[in-house]
Amino acid sequence: MLAHRLTGDSLHVFRGERHVLRGLSFAVTTGEYLEVTGGNGAGKTSLLRTIVGLVHAESGKVEWNGRSIHAEASAFHAQLSYLGHESPLKGDLTPTENLRFAVGIRRSIGSREIAEALAEVAASGFADRPVRTLSAGQRRRVALAGVLLAAAPLWVLDEPATHLDAAGQALVGRLVERQLAAGGIVVAAVHAPLPVAEAGTRRLGLSSK
Amino acid sequence: MDWTWFHRFGSPPHLYGLAGKLTPWFAWPAALLILAGLYGGLALAPPDYQQGDGFRIIYVHAPSAWLSLMAYTWMAAAAAIGLVWRMKVAHAVAASCAPIGAWFTVAALCTGMLWGKPMWGTYWVWDPRLTAELVLLFLYLGYIGLRSAIEDPQRADRASAVLAIVGVVNVPIVRYSVEWWNSIHQAPSVMKFGKPSISWPMLTPLLIMFVGFTLLFVALMLVRARGEILRRERQSRWVSEVVAQ
Amino acid sequence: MSDAWQAAKLVIERDLRLAFRNRGQLLHPLLFFAIVTTLFPLALSPEPSRLRDVAPAVLWVGALLSSLLAIEFLFREDAQDGTLEQYALSGRSLTWLLFAKTVSHWLLAGLPLALMSPVAAYGLAVSPDAMPGIIGSVALGTIALSLLGAVSAGLTIGIKRGGALLSLLTLPLAVPLLIFGAQATARAIEGGNMAAPMYFLGAFAVLGITLAPLAAAAAVRISME
Repeated sequence: MLAHRLTGDSLHVFRGERHVLRGLSFAVTTGEYLEVTGGNGAGKTSLLRTIVGLVHAESGKVEWNGRSIHAEASAFHAQLSYLGHESPLKGDLTPTENLRFAVGIRRSIGSREIAEALAEVAASGFADRPVRTLSAGQRRRVALAGVLLAAAPLWVLDEPATHLDAAGQALVGRLVERQLAAGGIVVAAVHAPLPVAEAGTRRLGLSSK
Repeated sequence: MDWTWFHRFGSPPHLYGLAGKLTPWFAWPAALLILAGLYGGLALAPPDYQQGDGFRIIYVHAPSAWLSLMAYTWMAAAAAIGLVWRMKVAHAVAASCAPIGAWFTVAALCTGMLWGKPMWGTYWVWDPRLTAELVLLFLYLGYIGLRSAIEDPQRADRASAVLAIVGVVNVPIVRYSVEWWNSIHQAPSVMKFGKPSISWPMLTPLLIMFVGFTLLFVALMLVRARGEILRRERQSRWVSEVVAQ
Repeated sequence: MSDAWQAAKLVIERDLRLAFRNRGQLLHPLLFFAIVTTLFPLALSPEPSRLRDVAPAVLWVGALLSSLLAIEFLFREDAQDGTLEQYALSGRSLTWLLFAKTVSHWLLAGLPLALMSPVAAYGLAVSPDAMPGIIGSVALGTIALSLLGAVSAGLTIGIKRGGALLSLLTLPLAVPLLIFGAQATARAIEGGNMAAPMYFLGAFAVLGITLAPLAAAAAVRISME
């Protein structure tokens, strides 16, 4: 099993004129879960977007397996599955179609695999209804199926359990633990802690200024 | 290769000071040359045998038109440097080029129209150079509009930089296509004057004006860039030190 | 390499499927084009010879404006729901994926416009012999127009009420297309030789294909930051 390592070194990030992250550092390695907490406006989303490379840090660097994520961006992104605030789904397509297009861009994928992933997030019941007709929680489940299907070692999740009921929260915890057991790394920004075993969990608290 | 000079050169306080020191070295020669050029052009040069004294507006028109293009090129070059090396000062330079270039474009259009009135009998004809200049003005306005529409200053810098680069590729194409368009639709009677045989007493003031206007542009740009740098860095310590002095 | 083709195919297929599930939006620019070209005879005169004279101008200005309407929606939803972020983080070249998106945009906006222009031209008293030339010139010209629009659309992502700004950015850059496109159409109507303006439109399309997706990808990345 290949060991992975994600590090951030004295990151400074500005949003407009706001100095959101001031010299933040962290390190996570295979089998570890980094839980990012903090109030609204503390910079959780900015941190995640910096980690995946959508936002450039003013100074400091993010490294994946010892190499800057911007040096070989495509190679890094191929090993990354990112779930933002919004579930990236099209209302006029069904969950199955959505996943076929979204995941198909990354790797070739069959309909059986999609059905299995949807079953895993308890979304089989509405796999063929337009996403437009689904509740926010149901959409989140479909989006999580997309994260699973990307089959990437690094997950970066922005409030993965938002809109989810108790069963859904437990599901997110299980998925994260399985990803860790498989040698992956998970970084998640959360309001309420995810039900994940303490052993591999590292916490990063951001304070709003 | 040692790149520290590059970063030191690019640091805002350094460039702020440098621009301040350089400004008089451009402003004074510009003023002297423009005065000399105007005197030479308006008083010394003989009237044109076809256009009489009307041709004298060329001493303002031609340098303005030249600078409207040069300012766009500078803007795009500075924007490209800012985009590639993430150099904030370069974006400040690009931002300060835009309004200056736009004003030179307006000056070129107005003087062109004044020049056209006695020649064509109307202020506006779809002359290829005037038309291209008008499109250039729209390009400047689009650039300024995009900049002001984006609230995040860094995003505004970078997005307008892409636009400036796309625009600079487009400017020669616009010029060429407008010439081509004109060559198809041209009514031969419009262009009354032949190739003017320009004489040295006429040409010398024009050359002086070109140099003077170029220096004026640099001086204006330095002044504006200084203001732009101060505005952008207003939260850093060196600015409060400068202001306190 | 085949993976990249597969990805582009999926991007195009997705956009086409979405468009056909939501046909109304697809038709709006075409209806706009139809109405604008109808207004000209009413504003000018029904006299065929005068209409024929202004037909190239009407067709091209109408095509420019109606394709601007379509371009406004090119990235809007994909930016809002995070699809563009997923494209940027997919491990594929964003330039390539956006090029695919532009292809689907041309299939959905430029090509229908080209196919509809003979109808509008017929209303402007243009003889049927000119129709193949008109379709060809509009189809070729809208390729570069879609590419140019992708850059401006990328730059105006997230700007509230960006429609007017989008026009201000795109139209000056589209001047060469208007000139050569209208000239090609005029020559088609006169029965003249269309080669020269068509070569230029083709050259713009090639230039656009090589450069515009790069600029659009840079613009989209900046807008997401």
